[in-house]
Amino acid sequence: MNATSPAPTPDAGSWTPRIIAFFCNWCTYTAADLAGVSRMKYAANTRTIRLMCSGRVDPQFVLDAFAKGADGVLIGGCHPNDCHYAEGNYKMLRRFRLLKRMLKDMGIAEDRFRLEWISAAEGDKVRSVINDMVKKITALGPLNLPQRFGQWNRELAATETAPRPSAPPMQSEVTHA
Amino acid sequence: MPKPKVAFYWCASCGGCEETVVDLAEGILGVIDKVDIVLWPVALDFKYKAIEAMPDQSIVATLLNGAIRSTEQEAMARLLRRKSKYLIAYGSCACTGGIPSLANQFEREEILKFSYEDAPSVVNEAKTRPQLVFEEDGRHPHLPELHNVVRSLDQVVDVDFYIPGCPPTPKLTQAAIAALLDGRLPPKGAVLAPDNALCEECPRRDSKPADVAFTEFKRVHQKLLDPQLCFLAQGVVCMGPATRQGCGAQCPGGNMPCTGCFGGTDRVKDQGAKMLSSLCANIVAKDDAGIDAVLAGIPDPVGTFYRYGMARSLLRRKADL
Repeated sequence: MNATSPAPTPDAGSWTPRIIAFFCNWCTYTAADLAGVSRMKYAANTRTIRLMCSGRVDPQFVLDAFAKGADGVLIGGCHPNDCHYAEGNYKMLRRFRLLKRMLKDMGIAEDRFRLEWISAAEGDKVRSVINDMVKKITALGPLNLPQRFGQWNRELAATETAPRPSAPPMQSEVTHA
Repeated sequence: MPKPKVAFYWCASCGGCEETVVDLAEGILGVIDKVDIVLWPVALDFKYKAIEAMPDQSIVATLLNGAIRSTEQEAMARLLRRKSKYLIAYGSCACTGGIPSLANQFEREEILKFSYEDAPSVVNEAKTRPQLVFEEDGRHPHLPELHNVVRSLDQVVDVDFYIPGCPPTPKLTQAAIAALLDGRLPPKGAVLAPDNALCEECPRRDSKPADVAFTEFKRVHQKLLDPQLCFLAQGVVCMGPATRQGCGAQCPGGNMPCTGCFGGTDRVKDQGAKMLSSLCANIVAKDDAGIDAVLAGIPDPVGTFYRYGMARSLLRRKADL
């Protein structure tokens, strides 16, 4: 097996990004609602999860979303000084700064993870942020970690039934790899 | 009645786990009294063929340490799984990938090239690499092949119990062996260590402030560490809040912060994410520049938060390799 193969592209023609969106109940979720009742048109690529505060977003949720097949994760919270619980959005911002750096170290492009402050009145910002994120992730292509995990595991099956490998054909001394 | 059979085996590990078995000191005599050791490559000479010839499940327990990163280790893990009633992942590497799984940040070719060509201490003008098969005096010895991905034991075969630690303590080891011999077994998949955070048993616990307000992070070599005060109160990254207890807080006792070798508790899915979450939430700054200035004190988040658990983390390996 070859772990260095290019990014897997399942049914490449029909693929569009899947974005998990964690929205705060008090601002961004309401803004998304506003965008809806205002009949604004925007990309249908987000799966929205309503939380009581952006500060509730455990970094485990973000990693789990990517590990389960998300192409991007978007977090929407209240503007600085507007948090319903006073500090939650700052906690998210601090986690975001380091998590973004760590994701980059783990080979996940920066555009796949985004934090935006969107107040309950900013339905139009929901539209523009989601459209922009879909555009950027479409350019990046699928992340598709579940398929990558499967690909990485292909090297395991080779020795499944043979506890001790029989000698493979001879190779010359210095030409390995 | 024949004594129950026990095996010890090592895969991608440093030998520290074996050291713990030796650290049982005279306690090992009590163990040897009650069991037959059928395989222990680090200390005793047994042949793999003898194990292959044994009936399936005839070994009561195998304590396997080390991560799985080669074809031979994988084959031995499968063989010992078949031959053992209980397969126990022993030590951080077998439980969660350990330090070897930090290699999951790199391509295999990068690792081989550095190890055999580019490392400053290597002299290898012919750029010779280990061969899978070579000829010597008419014989054709073959070597195992390195996997692309480093794995924990349970990512290759079914595991019954986990004994964490880098290395596990003699106390935990003895308790586990005693439980095994007496048949006092927890449910399958259990980690044989207490299910609480390290802070609870840390001698510095009382000095942990209710509000840990970070204005900077210092690494251990950048600061003279107070021997009594909670490391978090000193602005030093200590993995205690996100790490399982059971080690007796030996590192804080030796004036070094916890680096997380026991892994997370049962409720935690990803130890690194939990630690990142806890540390960052308590930073004082509220704006990007101020936050980044504090976080500059953690130059390598992956190596800091996943030092012993990259293989078993949610992301497992650098995604774009």
